Amino acid sequence: MRLKKLLLGLLGSVIAIGSFLEIASADLKFPMLVYRTGAYAPNGIPNADGFVDYYRMINARDGGIGGEKIVFPECETGYKTQVGVECYEKHKEGAMVFQPMSTGITYQLIPKATADGVTIYSTGYGRTSAKNGKVFKWIFNAPATYWDGASIAIRHILKQNLGNIKNKKIALVYHNSAYGKEPIRTLETLAKKHGYKLMLLPVDHPGQEQKATWLKIRKSRPNYILMWGWGVMNSVAVKSAASIKFPMENFIGIWWSGSENDVLPAGQGAHGYKALTFNAPGTDYQVHKDIKKYVHDKGNASGDGSHFGTVLYNRGLFQAMVQVEAARVAQKMHGTSKITAAMYRDGMENVNLDAARMEQLGFKNFSPPFKNTCENHGGSGLAAVQQWDAKAKKWNMITEYMYGDSDVVDKLIAEDSAKYAKEQKIALRCN
Amino acid sequence: MIYKETGQYNSNYRSDHAIFPLMQDKIAFSLLMLVAFLFVPFVVDSYWEKAILVPFLIYSMAAIGLNILTGYCGQVSLGTGGFMAVGAFSTYKLMTTYPDLNIMIIVIISGFISALVGILFGLPSLRIKGFYLAVATLASQFFLVWLFNKVPWFYNYSDTGQITVSERTMFGVPVTGAAAPPYATYLFCLVLVVVFGFAAKNMIRSKIGRSWMAIRDMDIAAEIIGVPPLKTKLTAFAISSFYIGISGSLYFAVYLGALEVTESFDIMAISFPVLFMIIIGGLGSMLGSFLGAAFIVLLPIVLKNFMVDLVGLSAVTAKHFEITIWGLLMVVFLIVEPHGLARLWSIAKEKLRRWPFPY
Repeated sequence: MRLKKLLLGLLGSVIAIGSFLEIASADLKFPMLVYRTGAYAPNGIPNADGFVDYYRMINARDGGIGGEKIVFPECETGYKTQVGVECYEKHKEGAMVFQPMSTGITYQLIPKATADGVTIYSTGYGRTSAKNGKVFKWIFNAPATYWDGASIAIRHILKQNLGNIKNKKIALVYHNSAYGKEPIRTLETLAKKHGYKLMLLPVDHPGQEQKATWLKIRKSRPNYILMWGWGVMNSVAVKSAASIKFPMENFIGIWWSGSENDVLPAGQGAHGYKALTFNAPGTDYQVHKDIKKYVHDKGNASGDGSHFGTVLYNRGLFQAMVQVEAARVAQKMHGTSKITAAMYRDGMENVNLDAARMEQLGFKNFSPPFKNTCENHGGSGLAAVQQWDAKAKKWNMITEYMYGDSDVVDKLIAEDSAKYAKEQKIALRCN
Repeated sequence: MIYKETGQYNSNYRSDHAIFPLMQDKIAFSLLMLVAFLFVPFVVDSYWEKAILVPFLIYSMAAIGLNILTGYCGQVSLGTGGFMAVGAFSTYKLMTTYPDLNIMIIVIISGFISALVGILFGLPSLRIKGFYLAVATLASQFFLVWLFNKVPWFYNYSDTGQITVSERTMFGVPVTGAAAPPYATYLFCLVLVVVFGFAAKNMIRSKIGRSWMAIRDMDIAAEIIGVPPLKTKLTAFAISSFYIGISGSLYFAVYLGALEVTESFDIMAISFPVLFMIIIGGLGSMLGSFLGAAFIVLLPIVLKNFMVDLVGLSAVTAKHFEITIWGLLMVVFLIVEPHGLARLWSIAKEKLRRWPFPY
């Protein structure tokens, strides 16, 4: 009898909670695929905190977007593709946009989301050729792609060598996955153009074991090292570079290899390490003041609030801001606050974040302006180089925002997206 | 009372040797099949399909494969991920090379290719045994994953090493690709698992299965009574790899649709979990393969959904709990019943037979 009662009680609570969730799903749903556990947690946590704090701030300050509250259920993926699929299937109903925060999961979701009609926003990661909106209707990767990143890094090296890098040796230390392999083709094409020698040094997941990689670097002494790393791989690489006394100013990471967590473990050794970025670090922006006022001071900070203002936290703010802005644009375009997933996509495609709009949103000089169009889902492609100051423990921007080598990159994007369109039999849009 | 065999007499060898000799088991199994084939396809949604049923069926297939090798033939293998990768990449190459070939045929051919690779890596098993063989198969795991990552021909020279499935149909309904309806992918996997599940069960009950078990129990004795070790061990490797190859093929074509070898066939992602499945489910038991797959694949999802949706924990706390509870349960199960869930089930059946008058 007791068991029966218990089961009945359990069933009752299931139904009660189920109906409660029904009500909640009437709002704007921005599911979050996060990883606060596992080998990538050091990078996953600050980024997720940025998202959560921004959504909470919008809900508290503006009462949501156009009066609609944002709901943002978290789903822990641990950076694993299979779990990402489960999370996507669980939350896709009524979802506006997914931010997979993993190139592997993004590749996985591109065909699924296209079939289901859900927007994927992979901010500066994922499949580079998704920039081509003619082929990838539902996928956005503004404001910059990995191929932009690779060519910007080379441009920076070119500048330092007064435009001549013939016969220089450049090594790419990369996460041995779809993510890390993304820049290879661009770097190879650029190698032909500029005459440098490219060395490819893969590091296997999770990236703790890099002894062989750095032994090779010690032996062949490349002039520059580029890094496509994530999670613990970053800090191990920076530490290893410091321990073999590699000149840190010649070591350049992609924007996912340039957070505080990546350089702090190496201490003074990391001084001078460079990384690309498309957003500024720090807490001097209006949005931070708002978050402080509406979220942190009320004791609602996500996590322990210790990541406030770090590179990846700020990137989370930027990503969340673009997603919220897309919803606003969609509401305006379609004249309703209750937008659907399809309307949301229209909003994302017409996002126009110029300097004035950025300032209104509290992001003045935070990031270079960009806009999406039907053809271009990849934004401006602008990124700058930042350098780590180990004494002051902060990142300093050392260049202006630069464009990549569009001659090379655009051609590669056209080729790759055409191949995908042919494989998947996709008719081109935007004609 | 319900589960009673009194009055059921087997008057010929045929009925005595049936897979399910008891009438109740027959009925229960038929009902299960009826539900699986005629009810579930009508109600399955994409969450149940993609997150629960399809992975469960695919991992069951892999677990049957490994159980043949490890549970029945006693050859410990850590190369499951590698053999699954062979299945997946064979499927990809066949799909892109022969766009008109039926997907069912592609899956089966992929199984045969894996079987060949399995024979190749099974050769050392004649000389090395036990833990040493586990290490040798571990080498095959690392070699195969390295190969599919290193040689661009296998992924058709794509920039990122990702392989992506294109749409294939069975009877006009897509079963691979994003447009495949949930019932189609589910039925496709179910048919393969049921057909090859029966095939495995019957192989185990026949001469070949008995020779595997003879090798497992004592290889020298088996050789003396006339079981050829070379042939027996290699057939175990071949058939096991065939099953694992088919599961790898489905894992790529039906379940994930796009994958990258180092992540998807990592030893921690496939080889160890599948080994845990057969240990927890029950070594040398068909039922154990399914129970183990259910335990490893479904339990984390059930725990997660319970803690996040019902208890209302945050995703990360739930994850920490999930890992802890999952580990604890595993230890508890192994202490309570070292022979696995299948053994627990048969104990329960014994008890049911005597219920309500235990003696």
